[in-house]
Amino acid sequence: MAEQMLAADGRPLKASLNRALRRQKMRALLLIAPLLLFIMLTFIIPIGQMLFRSVENQIVGDTIPRTVDAIAAWEADSGQAPSEEVFVALAKDLMIAVEEKNHTRLGSRLNYETSGISSLFRKSGRSVDDIGEVYADQFIALDPAWEDPATWITLLADPDWITRQAEWNDDGPEPAFELSDTAAEILPKTAEIYADFASVIREVDNDSPVDEEPWNVVYLALHEDLIANPGLQIAGPLAGLLSQTATQAQGFEREDVRAAFEDIDEDWLDVDVWQTIQTYSPAFTSGYFLNAVDLQKTPDGPEWQPENEQIYLTLFWRTLVMSLTITVSCILLGYPVAWMLANLPSRKANLLMILVLLPFWTSLLVRTSAWKVLLQQQGVINDTLVWIGLVTDDNRLALINNATGTIIAMTHILLPFMILPLYSVMKTIPPSYLRAAKSLGATNWTAFWRVYFPQSVPGIGAGSILVFILAIGYYITPEIVGGTKGVFISNRIAYHISTSLNWGLAAALGAILLAVVLILYWAYDRIVGIDNVKLGG
Amino acid sequence: MLQTANDAAFVQFERVQKSYDGETLVVKDLNLSMPKGEFLTMLGPSGSGKTTCLMMLAGFETATHGEIRLDGVSINNIPPHKRGIGMVFQNYALFPHMTVAENLSFPLEVRKMDKATREKKVMRALGMVQMQDFAGRRPAQLSGGQQQRIALSRALVFEPELVLMDEPLGALDKQLRETLQFEITNLAHELGITVVYVTHDQTEALTMSDRVAVFDDGRIQQLAPPDELYEAPQNSFVAQFIGENNTLEGVVQEITKDKCIIKLDSGDIIDAVPVNVSKVGDRTQVSIRPERVEFDKSRLQPGAHTLKAEVLEFIYMGDIFRTRLRVAGTDDFIIKTRNAPDQVRLTPGSQIEIGWLARDCRALDA
Repeated sequence: MAEQMLAADGRPLKASLNRALRRQKMRALLLIAPLLLFIMLTFIIPIGQMLFRSVENQIVGDTIPRTVDAIAAWEADSGQAPSEEVFVALAKDLMIAVEEKNHTRLGSRLNYETSGISSLFRKSGRSVDDIGEVYADQFIALDPAWEDPATWITLLADPDWITRQAEWNDDGPEPAFELSDTAAEILPKTAEIYADFASVIREVDNDSPVDEEPWNVVYLALHEDLIANPGLQIAGPLAGLLSQTATQAQGFEREDVRAAFEDIDEDWLDVDVWQTIQTYSPAFTSGYFLNAVDLQKTPDGPEWQPENEQIYLTLFWRTLVMSLTITVSCILLGYPVAWMLANLPSRKANLLMILVLLPFWTSLLVRTSAWKVLLQQQGVINDTLVWIGLVTDDNRLALINNATGTIIAMTHILLPFMILPLYSVMKTIPPSYLRAAKSLGATNWTAFWRVYFPQSVPGIGAGSILVFILAIGYYITPEIVGGTKGVFISNRIAYHISTSLNWGLAAALGAILLAVVLILYWAYDRIVGIDNVKLGG
Repeated sequence: MLQTANDAAFVQFERVQKSYDGETLVVKDLNLSMPKGEFLTMLGPSGSGKTTCLMMLAGFETATHGEIRLDGVSINNIPPHKRGIGMVFQNYALFPHMTVAENLSFPLEVRKMDKATREKKVMRALGMVQMQDFAGRRPAQLSGGQQQRIALSRALVFEPELVLMDEPLGALDKQLRETLQFEITNLAHELGITVVYVTHDQTEALTMSDRVAVFDDGRIQQLAPPDELYEAPQNSFVAQFIGENNTLEGVVQEITKDKCIIKLDSGDIIDAVPVNVSKVGDRTQVSIRPERVEFDKSRLQPGAHTLKAEVLEFIYMGDIFRTRLRVAGTDDFIIKTRNAPDQVRLTPGSQIEIGWLARDCRALDA
C-alpha cells in the first residue's frame, strides 16, 4: 500500500486536487445546464412519458373499478357471460363514467382490442341511467321521503359535513362530501355509490348533493344493502323510515340488470367483450407490445393475430431490409465521391463539396416531390428509357409508390450523411500510405484494398450508423413515394398517433424500434468497436 | 566514351523536366547519373525540386520531358509497384492497422512469397535495425525513432537495389537523428544498396553522403562529394547554402588563371581564387569560410592582403569561439576559432587585422 500523498498544507493530495477541480466542474456543469434542462423538459421527459404509454393501461381500472373487481373471478372458458353481480357493478361504473364523460374514451381504448366495443359503450351510455329505475319508483312509492335529497343527506352524510355545508355561503368551493361512518358500515354499497354520486355532482355538474335526487343506481345499491341485511337498524331521525323500508324492500319487484344490458345491446352477452375487459383490467399491460409484434393477448397467453391482420413484423422486417439496402447503396455511391473529395485539389474539392451539400439547402419535401416527378410512369426517367428504347412504351417501369421508389429517393436524400463522415476520415489518411504500399510492390488495387480501405472503415462505420439510424426512422419520404409496398414502420406509428389515436400501440412500436436500433448499435460496438467510428479528426 | 558512362550509371536522369501546371518548370533540365552502391543526397531549400525528382524516380510523378533510367532501362512508363525501389517516407507511412511484422510482411506478400520465407525475411530485416522484439506491436505503440527504424527495414525487406529516402529523419530530435544517420549509412554500405536521400538539412547531407546534389530553382547547382562541396563551392548559392559563409561584394580588378585581385565595394583590396569570374570588371561575391579567417599575422603568407576589422561580439560556444566582426562595411562577418588552450579570445571593441590564404577565398558569381 503506497503512502498517501499529502499536499503542502498537510491535507491528502487527492482531496486538495478534488477541491481545486470542483470549481471547474461546477462551471462546466453550469455551461451545459441550460441545454440539459431544455433537453430534459422538451425531449427526454415527453419521450419517457410516451414510451410509458406502451404499457400503461390504468384507464380500465380507473373508469370501471367495480367491474374490474367483479370480473376477476369470472372464467372466460365457461362460455357464459358473467353473472348478474358483474353487470350490477358495470351499471354503477358506467353511470359514473357517463356523468364524467369517460365511457367513450374507455370504449375507444377497448375497441383497439376488440372492435365494436366503442359503439357498445357509447350506446349503453345513453341508456344506463334507466337501470335501477324500477327500485327508485318502488322506494318513492313506498315513501315520498326517498325522493327528497335531504333524506339521503341525513342518512349518509357525516354530521360535521352537514353543519359545514349549511354554513357555506357560495363563497369558494363547497366542502367536499363526507360519508358518515355508521352509514358506511350499515349500508356499505349505498354509501359507496352515493359518495361517488356526491363527488360527481359537486365536481362535474357544479351542483350540491343537497339539491339533487340520487341516480337510479343509488336506489339499486340501497335495495342491495337492504336485501343483504333485512334487519338493519340505525339511530337518529330516519330509524323508522329505514327499518320500515327494509322490511318492505324484501318484497320489491326485482330488476334483472343483466337482461337490462342485453336489452341495450345483446353484445353485452358476448364472451369476447368480457374477455377483453378482463384481459385488459390490470393497470399495466403487455398487450400493446404483443400487438406490435402481431400477437394478441388472450387468457391462454399470447397468440398470433389472424393471418390477415399481421402487418407489424412484416413492416419491421421491411424497414430493416430496406434501411440496410439504402445504407449499402449509400456506401457504394458515396465512397468514390468521398475519395474524390479527399484527393482533389482543394479548389475543385470545394466545388464538389458544395454539390454534395446542395441537397441540404433544399427542402426535404421538395426533393422528395421532385423524385415523384422523375420516377413516375409518365415521368422523366421512364420517358427517357422509352425514348432510348430500353423499355417499351407499354412496359414502363414502376419506380414509384413501391420499395424501389423509397430506396432511390432515400438513398439520394441520405447520401450526404454517408459522404461527409467518409470524407472527413479519408481526409486524414495521408496519400503517403498509398505511395508506400505501391513502392512496396502493391498494385493499385492491392494498395487500395489492403492499405487504404481498412483505414477508411471507421468512416464507413460512422456513415453507416448515421444513415441506417436515420433511415430506420424515416417518415416523410416513404410516405410520399412509398405507396403501400414501400412504407416503413414509422409511417404506421404516425398513423396510430394521428389517425387511429392508438397511442399505446404507437408507443410500443416506437419502443421496439428504439430497442432494435440500440441492439444494432450494441452489436456494432461489439463487432467493429464504437471507438473505430470517426466523424473526423 | 558516352556508352561506358551509361553502363556505369545505375540511376540516370537525362534532360528531365517537370511541370505541374504547364506554366512553370519545377525541375529544369536535370541530368544526373549515379553508380551502383552510391549514397547520393539531394539537398536544397523547400521548393527546389528535390522531392519532385525523388517522386519521379519512385514513379509517383511522371516526367514532363526527358528520360529516367534504372540499370540502363528506361522506367518512364513503368508503374511504381513494378520498379522494385524501396522507399522511406518522412512521416514513416507505416500502415497503422497492421503490426510491425505485418507491415514488413506486406511487400513480401504482394510478391507472393510463402509464409516461412516471409517470416525469415521479416525477422532478418528487423534484426538489421535491432527491432526484433517489436514485431507484434502496432506502429502507434512505437516512438518516432522506432517507427523510422521499422520504416527503414520495411523498405529493405524485399531487398531492393535502390532505396529512396524522403527526409526520413525530419521529424526526429537532434540526438536521435544523429544516431539514425549513422545507422542508415552503415546499413547502406553493409548491404551495398544504392541510396537517393532527400533532405534540407546540410549537416545530414554532408555527414552521410558519398556525393551531394545541391538543388535550387529546379536545377542541380553542384554535384560533388561533401568535402569538395564545402571547400570548393561552385557558385554563391552553394557557398551560402552549405555551412556558414562570409560574403563580401566587389569587382574584379586583376585576374590570372588561378588568382585574382578583388576591389571590394568598401575600397579594400583582397586576393581570391577566380571561380565564376572571367574578366576584369566582373562583379563578384567573394566567399570565405569563417574557420579559414586568420587574425594572427604570422600565419599569413607574406604579401597577402589584409583587412581592418573591429570586434563586435564574442560568443562562447563550447568547442568553438564565434566572433562577429565589422569588416569592409558589413556587420556580420563571422570568424570561428577552435577552443584550444593557446587560443586568443577577442574582446569586443578591439581593432584587429584579418587575412586568409588566397585559395580559401573564392570569387563567385554576383
